[in-house]
Amino acid sequence: MRFDRAFLRFTAGSAKLVARGSSYYYGWIGLLAIFIVLGAVAYARQVDEGLIVTALRDPVSWGFYIGNFTFLVGVAAAAVVLVIPAYIYHWKPIKELVILGELLAVAVLAMCMLFVLVDVGRPDRLTHILPLLGSLNVPSSLLAWDVLVLNIYFLLNLGVVTYLLVSLFRGRSPNPYIFMPLVMFSIPMAVTIHSVTAFVYNGLPGRPFWNASLLAPKFLASAFCSGPAIMLILLQILRKTANLDIKMEAIWKIAELMAYAMFLNLFFLVAEVFKEVYSDTHHLQHMRYLFFGLEGKTALVGWAWTSVAASVAAFFLFLIPATRKNLVTLNVGCVLIFIGVYIEKSIGLVVPGFTPSVLGEIYEYDPTMNEFLVGLGIFGVGALLFTLMSRVAINVANGTFRLTQEAPRADVDVPA
Amino acid sequence: MSDFTPLPRSPSPDRRGFLKKVVASAAIATSAGCRQALEEFMKKSLREMSRAEVKDVLQKHEAEYKAKFGREVEVFATPAREGVLFGYGLDLSRCNGNRKCVTACVKENNQSRGSDDAPHNNPIQWIRVLEMEKDKGISFEHANPYYNPKEVPEEGKFYLPVQCQQCENPPCVKVCPVGATWAERDGIVVIDYDWCIGCRCCMSACPYGARSFNWAEPNLPSDQVNPNTHVLGNRPRPRGVVEKCTFCIQRTRAGRYPACLEACPTGARKFGNLLDPNSEIRRLLEEKRVFVLKEELNTRPKFFYFYG
Repeated sequence: MRFDRAFLRFTAGSAKLVARGSSYYYGWIGLLAIFIVLGAVAYARQVDEGLIVTALRDPVSWGFYIGNFTFLVGVAAAAVVLVIPAYIYHWKPIKELVILGELLAVAVLAMCMLFVLVDVGRPDRLTHILPLLGSLNVPSSLLAWDVLVLNIYFLLNLGVVTYLLVSLFRGRSPNPYIFMPLVMFSIPMAVTIHSVTAFVYNGLPGRPFWNASLLAPKFLASAFCSGPAIMLILLQILRKTANLDIKMEAIWKIAELMAYAMFLNLFFLVAEVFKEVYSDTHHLQHMRYLFFGLEGKTALVGWAWTSVAASVAAFFLFLIPATRKNLVTLNVGCVLIFIGVYIEKSIGLVVPGFTPSVLGEIYEYDPTMNEFLVGLGIFGVGALLFTLMSRVAINVANGTFRLTQEAPRADVDVPA
Repeated sequence: MSDFTPLPRSPSPDRRGFLKKVVASAAIATSAGCRQALEEFMKKSLREMSRAEVKDVLQKHEAEYKAKFGREVEVFATPAREGVLFGYGLDLSRCNGNRKCVTACVKENNQSRGSDDAPHNNPIQWIRVLEMEKDKGISFEHANPYYNPKEVPEEGKFYLPVQCQQCENPPCVKVCPVGATWAERDGIVVIDYDWCIGCRCCMSACPYGARSFNWAEPNLPSDQVNPNTHVLGNRPRPRGVVEKCTFCIQRTRAGRYPACLEACPTGARKFGNLLDPNSEIRRLLEEKRVFVLKEELNTRPKFFYFYG
């Protein structure tokens, strides 16, 4: 059967597959559906009244949405980079790891695009920013570059993972000469999307909090904590619920690598704090607002210290072999890392950059319920996408979803 | 952008023109409703339009404003004049913080008005006058834009008005992902309100807080509309786009002074053609010692401050 016809059968079969499931599965999908509906209603209100329904104003003109976007670009980048240690250490379920990493990247990138969509004032003009159709201002605008590389990365991952799954569905070995170069290409692309996202902030000399060369390296270090943290939890869930054959050694190794990434991230933080505190110029204002508040305005202080505490605690949990190998402390560490990096890369990155404003004004940004609901809806969409896609992927990978049941199971040939 | 390019480049109009033709021919059979959506989809930025297309746009906006405000509003697209490069001077020793410039600017430029009874109060002002302390000098850290004493000037205070500095190296133009903002030949940085997607990158990039966003539907009462407008300047704005000072492009390109200058009771504001050796602004640069804000950022403003 030709690839395109097999693809149609694959699509039809997938639709049937995701429609059936246990009551837990239906419950989970139902919960996500509620999130999505809440988000859609909140977004409809925003479209109706304008971005005035957010807490954003001229002094703080980006906030919760762009913060989430920034954090999630890191997750999308790091999910795929896990392929590197998988090769180095010859982990057995590398096929599953590649597929899951790329599916996570696809779902998370969809969330990234949605967070940009809800942030712009004129979503009706979004074609202006699309390659070919609009007037993308390259090479000068970093946001234009970001749109470009995110689109490439999205299509790349979607293409590779579709090719892998349809090949396995047909009972054939995917041609490594087709997909391996693409997987290899996706690794520098992963680094690129996060660096370019950092450069969007980094290239603004009027905002000293972002205009520091450490920003892009720090982005990558923290992404290599948060992305794998999500993957570790997902791998364990799938290990239990979907009989995914993954060795504990691989999970421990990922946790160990995360400890190193977290060390770098914390070291970069110390380097930045030292430079600002010792220099004691007016650039220190932003950091002071983040950690101590200014003029009695302290909205971020609790969040900032929570982030640091969670990151430091997770670093030690993952550094010490005993706690890294204990499932309870391992998962506590994953959650702590997620909290630490999420705060640091979203609200903790965006808001202090604007506070105080370029003219010295301190506007205290505190996201509205409407913003939270829109965000909840987008997380719902991402989780739903990932759930449905991984359900298909796992059934393909363990051989229960095949074009012809008689066909022998084929393993991916991976060049060592 | 080290110098002023005449009507800036358009990004590969041919390729896009072709694509749009393909899309257009594919959609010929669409219904009237679809056609309107398609029209929006096919639109070009003002920079890429021919004279005839710009004329169409002006007429469309005039009709739109007539329907909206119930009165005639003229929209011009007066181009930059040859040999003109606008510059502004502000005498800090004369400014007493009365903010007449702010009021005049809002009136002239059709900004969204603040009102206590409007549910979504989104007043926009292009000029911010900062109150500063004399013993601290120019320090934004200690500036207060919300000063409200019975009488100005107050003891121990001085005042620094800030508006778009019309930079020669504008960071806002560089970051715009769709090229919706650019510097004209006469040095005025403008925004195409029909092309801006409202991403607010330019607001993050501007070191002077000169750009404002229409967070809500602008609140512009019909009887307060200034009917003399420029398409890149003070024409009524839609919601969801960025706006800023244009040196009153609708006035200055017609040989008049900006509204803020005319409104200033202390004579602190000066304006003129930097390329004309006999202009007031050139005389000022010659005779006074001027400085620009945040010169370390290399934005090269054409808005000069001095102590007269």
